[in-house]
Amino acid sequence: MFMLTHMITSFIASAGFGVLFNAPKKSLLKCGFVGMVGWFVYIGLVNWQYDAVISSLIAAFTIAVISQIFAKIYKTPIIIFSVAGIIPLVPGGIAYDAMRNFVENDYYTAIQLAAKAFMISGAIAVGLVISEVINQMIRKVQFKSRI
Amino acid sequence: MGKDYPPTIEVIEICLLAGKIMLQGGAETYRVEDTMTRIAASLGIPHSHSYVTPTGIIFSTDGTEPAKLIRISERSTDLYKVTLVNGVSRKISSGELDGKDALARLKEIESADYTFPVYQQILAASIASGCFLIMFLGNWTDFIPAMIAGGLGFVSFIYVHRVVQIKFFSEFIASLLIGLIAYFFVYTGLGTELDKIIIGSVMPLVPGLLITNAVRDLMAGHLVSGLSKGAEAFLTASAIGAGIALVFTF
Repeated sequence: MFMLTHMITSFIASAGFGVLFNAPKKSLLKCGFVGMVGWFVYIGLVNWQYDAVISSLIAAFTIAVISQIFAKIYKTPIIIFSVAGIIPLVPGGIAYDAMRNFVENDYYTAIQLAAKAFMISGAIAVGLVISEVINQMIRKVQFKSRI
Repeated sequence: MGKDYPPTIEVIEICLLAGKIMLQGGAETYRVEDTMTRIAASLGIPHSHSYVTPTGIIFSTDGTEPAKLIRISERSTDLYKVTLVNGVSRKISSGELDGKDALARLKEIESADYTFPVYQQILAASIASGCFLIMFLGNWTDFIPAMIAGGLGFVSFIYVHRVVQIKFFSEFIASLLIGLIAYFFVYTGLGTELDKIIIGSVMPLVPGLLITNAVRDLMAGHLVSGLSKGAEAFLTASAIGAGIALVFTF
């Protein structure tokens, strides 16, 4: 039940972001799907006591791989799917907590939380980049074997 | 080759227009550069150079034609236009579109407005806010307050941005309003967790696209655009943070 709620809400939230980013109407459901899978991976790993940074990395990687497959099938830029997909992973909550602690003069906790938010956003970006690098490597190998 | 190419100056115009639309739509820097050189190559200019930053594009060919510069002042996120320009670029590469048609098509794309109607955007923002609340382990009783706060925050973001053309200011006002509404709901007992409501409703304003694009640009070696996108994301984040922080000081 817990997972089902999360899957439905993340699907709707990602598709909603597709509307805000003005993604093509046909790809809204796919945006939602990408976001749902990413959040499913993330929340699953976090529930298995994995660290949030590692979970974000793996989830972002999954999102990028699915987006690449979609981009290839539907011949659209990959950014349409990946952007809406990663939105749920963005550490808005932690960044907010950090900000709140800064305002309440608890700098020690604030810096800790800010560092964590920074690590998570870095992990998301690294996950995206790794999948891109792997994709390029596969393409190169295919190209060479064709010659 | 026996194929007659359009004059160089026209090719430059096509490339710059395509680059401008893509950059304003929020495409990654490497995609903009790639598209421009690809269009140029398939229209008979194999060696061209483009230098893309978030605030301007410089495009030059190897010949005697002057290099041209285009200024980008307004940026938003419009993935539909990016997709359309991508399609035009594909058609040019495959030879389906010639220079004149491509230019006409690009001008049509530039002037058209494909965005969703405002009420649909607001609806999407408020529903997304409610869903984020649930994803951040909030209570179902806070679902409606988060929807209202997120929707009204987004409305104020759009309308303040129309009046004052400073993004920082409109984000500040929007997050201030969100904070006040959330505080009001908790104060009257309609909402329970102030933090969760605020986080959920602030999400539509969060610069997620900018942050990831910034890091990707940096890793691809586009240092200038990566840093400036990072600065923009940081400004947006601190505007939101300042708006929320102001509520807590009361």
